[in-house]
Amino acid sequence: MNIATRATKMCTSVNKISTVICLLATLSISAYAEKLAITGAQIHTMSNKGIIEQGTLLIEDGKIKDVLTGVSVPNGYSEIDADGKVLTPGFIGALTNLGLVEVSMSANASDTNVDSSEISSVGAAYDTQYAINTDSTLLEITRLEGFTSAATGLSDTGQLFDGLGAVITLSKEFDSLIKGQAFMHVDLSSGGADRSGSRAALWVSLNQSLTEASIAQNTDLSPTKQWYGLISRADAAALRNVINGKIPLLVTANRANDILQVLSLTKRFPSLNLVLVKASDGWRVAKQIAAANVPVILDPEYNLPGQFDRLGATMENAARLHAANVKISIGIETHNARLAPQHAGNAVANGLPHSAALAALTINPATIYGLQDTLGSLEVGKQADVVIWSGDPLEVTQSAEQVFIAGKSMVMESRQTKLRDRYLNRDDKLPAAYSK
Amino acid sequence: MLINIKPKILVVIVLASSLLSACNDEKPAEQAAKVDKNPFPSTYQRIDYAPVVIKNVTILDGIGNRIENGSVLLVDGKISSFGTSVKAPNDAIEIDGTDKWLTPGIIDNHSHLGVYASPGTRSHSDGNEATNPVTAEVWAEHSIWPQDPGFQRALAGGVTSMQILPGSANLFGGRSVTVKNLPNRTMQDMKFPEAPYGIKMACGENPKRVYGDKGGPMTRMANVAGYRKAWIEAQEYQKKWNDYDTAVEEGKGGEQPGRDLRLETLAGVLDGEILVHMHCYRADEMAIMMDVMKEFNYKIGTFHHAVEAYKIADKLAENDVCSAMWADWWGFKMEAYDGIRENIPMVHTAGACAIVHSDSDLGIQRLNQEAAKAWSDGRKAGLEISKEEAWQWLSANPAKSLGIFDYTGSIEEGKNADVVLWSADPFSSYSQAEKVFIDGAMVFDRSNPDSWPVSDFELGQIAQGDAK
Repeated sequence: MNIATRATKMCTSVNKISTVICLLATLSISAYAEKLAITGAQIHTMSNKGIIEQGTLLIEDGKIKDVLTGVSVPNGYSEIDADGKVLTPGFIGALTNLGLVEVSMSANASDTNVDSSEISSVGAAYDTQYAINTDSTLLEITRLEGFTSAATGLSDTGQLFDGLGAVITLSKEFDSLIKGQAFMHVDLSSGGADRSGSRAALWVSLNQSLTEASIAQNTDLSPTKQWYGLISRADAAALRNVINGKIPLLVTANRANDILQVLSLTKRFPSLNLVLVKASDGWRVAKQIAAANVPVILDPEYNLPGQFDRLGATMENAARLHAANVKISIGIETHNARLAPQHAGNAVANGLPHSAALAALTINPATIYGLQDTLGSLEVGKQADVVIWSGDPLEVTQSAEQVFIAGKSMVMESRQTKLRDRYLNRDDKLPAAYSK
Repeated sequence: MLINIKPKILVVIVLASSLLSACNDEKPAEQAAKVDKNPFPSTYQRIDYAPVVIKNVTILDGIGNRIENGSVLLVDGKISSFGTSVKAPNDAIEIDGTDKWLTPGIIDNHSHLGVYASPGTRSHSDGNEATNPVTAEVWAEHSIWPQDPGFQRALAGGVTSMQILPGSANLFGGRSVTVKNLPNRTMQDMKFPEAPYGIKMACGENPKRVYGDKGGPMTRMANVAGYRKAWIEAQEYQKKWNDYDTAVEEGKGGEQPGRDLRLETLAGVLDGEILVHMHCYRADEMAIMMDVMKEFNYKIGTFHHAVEAYKIADKLAENDVCSAMWADWWGFKMEAYDGIRENIPMVHTAGACAIVHSDSDLGIQRLNQEAAKAWSDGRKAGLEISKEEAWQWLSANPAKSLGIFDYTGSIEEGKNADVVLWSADPFSSYSQAEKVFIDGAMVFDRSNPDSWPVSDFELGQIAQGDAK
């Protein structure tokens, strides 16, 4: 019996109220244990096993070894008693700027926006994977809210496309890239149209860019060869993997007409792997979206006619899309990842089934980015990104008590908790800087 | 430039009008026109409604008490009685509140609805008079578009009153106004009749950013110089008018001083008639502003946003200044970098006045959840606060901050019947405002789509009358 196991055994003998404290005390030791058994929790597997009311999750070598019904701790496993808790896969930030921004405004602490660069004429070439800062304090602040990975991309390039995004883990290790060139984003809503003044110009730019990228699939783009395209060589190189469907094309569109036009892109470019973003009017054309098998990343709380292309906005959008069999993801947040589960909970209050809301934070974003075989559910062989919650994760009064990334328990502290603790325990005889 | 030009124009107009009156007839000094302090009076009228009794409901009275299985009777716009049981008249509409909760209506003391209306077109950008760092002469009420659909959305979130403020571009952004969340044809129709005016002031980054390359202020030290300079002018203006008023009272007469709308508002603050609402993030800046407040003998009612209030909660309590805060917003600019989730409960625990505010047309729709997050984060940090105490952040404290607590903000006999019936415990992601009452009239009923108000803007558009 190793130290961690002994500590856990001591904890299991005391009453439930102290479970959390024991849990935390134990985890600092068990961080290095290779085999963990998390027992007693209600497990939301996000797989065809559904919800296990009281189960055991086995973790070995950073991966999920097994998901069992009932409590059983095989030999050699350190037990973490999570009786009365809720277990989910780590949440995945569906569309964020994590790792790219520390302070959004006036602080030179943001890589989210590109000023135009001669390497690109339409913004497709920019590549987020080179801009990730794993020292960003946002990573552990986000992790504390039960998130273990996130898709991250540029906010604005001033050009047609917003470049290539990445998927990162929130482990804060130097190599945090799960997947580079994980998606391309283009804004075809009023926001995007405003740049060229009219959709009449916007869509011609888009069609032309994609057509050139199609041609570029079989073209040598090296500088010794000729290229007469309007998109730059670097843009063409990035976009040809969008045209062939290897890289999903995320499209922000809100108006029903715009959404239908986005869906019709596959008539001209059949291999496109489309994902809709926001889609305020999505509910009005939900059947068509479902028929095209296009998932939607949305902001379900958005219910105002903020622009003239969002007049149909409603908090029932998520529920109505889901009812039409559209796969939805929730989580367009950066500094406040915790709003994603809150808004998912609000979507439940507005008709979305709870299981669909959880899928919107886990397996659905994993699937969008082609990571469904490693992330997004608690299934044998997947990476052990796991969260122990105090209760229902969609309830604003519940929270993540322990987060594991690849089987490692994460320190549940952040710069914010340190500020809190400094001022909660301030020695008023000393300047604050001397309180640690 | 504008700073120099504007007062000159004003002086010319004032002189011209005084010449005119001098030509017409020689008015005795004691009959000199008093300045009308309420030139845009409220035309609000409550909706006539039958008495309503809500029974078997969990009541949070908003001032620290909870009644299980209680009843509330609303008659003629007022809370007539409440308790474990009430005597209702025969014609009262009876509502069963089993498993539901009843609270005072939420009061948001920081909204820009109507001045930054939806849709957010450039034409609707009416909140920041960013032409001069001191624009105390502008009044937010003159920018409010009552057809902003945001009002109806806020109502569905249980908001019954709100303060609408100018933005924070300026050191002095102008007057704010408190309205009842019952939009009608005009701003005056919404105006909370008994509410005093407020003034919006701003610390820190925003004035610097807006004016840094437009003649300043470009630093925080120039911000503070700007407030002090303005207060000195206001003191002079106040004295001129006080001297004149005294002379009139003593029958001595004398020439009426010229009116200056900017200084009139600032003097109103020094006279204690206009409440100060100051956008301020950083602890050190709030401490400086409390010294400026003492230097010029005025009162800062509320620091808004107050992201670092937790660092100086003791000083805020000592100086009796409220903090209106978000549950968890942070990091969008440098002065918001030290935001923490426990700010609100830490301020509350220090004995200072804590308020949950929105500053957002989305956030205003779920302020109960913002309070719930703060309440829960506080408990996890060992700050035990009951839900009945925490509800003060949403109704009583903002009402105090707006000077309307005598009328609304708690469930007490005789107060305005501004109450919300929640589908369940409102400290939850899942519960919703089911029925909302303003002055005793049910103005939103989630179960009855016919009762949902629709603004002119949304009429005839797609999804008119849809569940929002």
